[in-house]
Amino acid sequence: MGRYVIRRLLQMIPVFIGTTFLIFVMVHALGDPVNALFGDRAPDPAVAEKIREQYNLNDPLWLQYLKYMGKLFRWDFGTTFSGQSVTSLLATAFPTTLKLTAVAFTIEVIFGIGLGLLSGLRRGRVADNSVLILTLVVISIPTFVTGYVLQYLVGVKWGAAPATVGDQVTLDRLILPGVVLASVSLAYVARLTRTTVVENVRADYVRTAVAKGLPRRRVVVNHLLRNSLIPVVTFLGTDLGALMGGALVTERIFNIHGVGYYLYQGIVRQNSNTVVGFVTILVIIYLAANLLVDLLYAVLDPRIRYA
Amino acid sequence: MPDLIEKTADVPAQGATEPKPEKPRSLGSDAWHDLRRRPIFVISALLILLLIVIAVAPSLFTSVDPRAGDLRNHFLTKPNYGHFFQPDWFGYDGQGRSIYARVLYGARASVVVGICVTLGTTILGGIIGMFAGYFGGWADAVLSRITDVFFGIPLLLGALVILNAFSTRTVWSVVFAMTALGWTQMARVMRGAVITVKQQDYVTAAKALGAGTGRIMLKHILPNALAPVIVVATIALGGYIALEATLSFLGIGLQDPTISWGIDINSAQKVIREAPFALFFPAGMLSITVLAFIMLGDAVRDALDPKLR
Repeated sequence: MGRYVIRRLLQMIPVFIGTTFLIFVMVHALGDPVNALFGDRAPDPAVAEKIREQYNLNDPLWLQYLKYMGKLFRWDFGTTFSGQSVTSLLATAFPTTLKLTAVAFTIEVIFGIGLGLLSGLRRGRVADNSVLILTLVVISIPTFVTGYVLQYLVGVKWGAAPATVGDQVTLDRLILPGVVLASVSLAYVARLTRTTVVENVRADYVRTAVAKGLPRRRVVVNHLLRNSLIPVVTFLGTDLGALMGGALVTERIFNIHGVGYYLYQGIVRQNSNTVVGFVTILVIIYLAANLLVDLLYAVLDPRIRYA
Repeated sequence: MPDLIEKTADVPAQGATEPKPEKPRSLGSDAWHDLRRRPIFVISALLILLLIVIAVAPSLFTSVDPRAGDLRNHFLTKPNYGHFFQPDWFGYDGQGRSIYARVLYGARASVVVGICVTLGTTILGGIIGMFAGYFGGWADAVLSRITDVFFGIPLLLGALVILNAFSTRTVWSVVFAMTALGWTQMARVMRGAVITVKQQDYVTAAKALGAGTGRIMLKHILPNALAPVIVVATIALGGYIALEATLSFLGIGLQDPTISWGIDINSAQKVIREAPFALFFPAGMLSITVLAFIMLGDAVRDALDPKLR
């Protein structure tokens, strides 16, 4: 187990370096951040030169990357062009987005697996068909449409929930954005759970468990669900990273000052340090979630052992 | 085996009631045979056909210029829905432009982006996945790590970064950005399919008969590894259309002379209280389009994957 984790961590290093370098190249090679800083006016050459010097923009790209990474290991993400430290931006943005993601993820897990189980156990009946149609519709409507429609209906027209979040990031304000953020993934989770439940419900071990006289609840939860969850857990793991990155749209609609908000500002203003810093953290979260998923397999299926 | 089939075909029919012996079908024609009977497939295929006709020739359905604004038609002065298939059917937007015409003309950008990105990612990802799966070893290790690297960057974020570098963005810059980052899923699917197929006996047989690498890849492996790729590509097409709309909605996708549902939704959300229909119609059209492609993908998967039957 320990050795497996170490091996996986070592394998992550090239992927981590590659991804951060790729985003670094994309931000730097595409467009001149100093020009972007001055907008439509041509920058004063002396000032531009000073800024370039200050942000190492005259070095070759690989050297810039090495300098950036060197500072990163001392938890120094550099400063934005306006002089704010990226670390402080991270410290304000990530807790907000983590809260939002946690709300969305909880909704996704509870309702996704619940609906999937319900529909898988009642295959071909009304409940199953309505879940299938409903999830198909939810998948087809892009998040930003769901977001505006729900914000308009629930927040503005009926006044049932706050329409925007702003600076007060409280749980009740995050429920509506959480539902919007979770909606598409929730539908995928429900469909995936349904498929695996339908496959497993005819399995020998389920018949054996029923024949042993176990109560239905125990058969469903301990035998059927536990074996059906493996592909669902895989999806949930990769989805965790996607939720945080995808929060960009939701955060914009509900005016939440989280990762997506600052990332969007960073991209539009070509603030390379902000973009690279935020994406680096997102990549770390994504890699960690993938590792966690692989370790969870062993918990769900005792046949899988990591030597 | 071929002899046997010919003999059954040669046997003269004994009376008209005898059913004709069924010809053996390939996976493709079997899937097609199966697909034609599915209502979901028929509905989604018809929807997509209609959509393509709209995208190719929107002027068949309306005679108004979607870019011509007349402020006398502003939604505050003319807030009602109009007559069927007339310019005022869906009302007018904040510039006094016909929403009906804009919804029709917006189909082109979405369909072009969806189809081009799907083709691009399938070809690029397919080639990379084919090489990784077929050669294995070092080639696989390197190509798979490269795939992992690109996979680690969320598609929406990466596309935003690339597109922000373009000062004028057309349909092609959006296609480029989405293809450059979107191929990873195809590469993974293709690699998995190729690894399964290359262990089959007929590949070994082709090798034993002295077929070259190129011939084995193109004639023996590709046709048999294509089914899962087609399924993923069809479902992904809907997703790409949604992504293009999202990018345009965020203001870093398509730009104004191009008509896009995403742009229209973005400008409609500012006036959602006064004119909810200005958001509703492009959003509804977008959702129906995505739904049609996802339903088509679902139907194709059920037909191509005999396990699920």
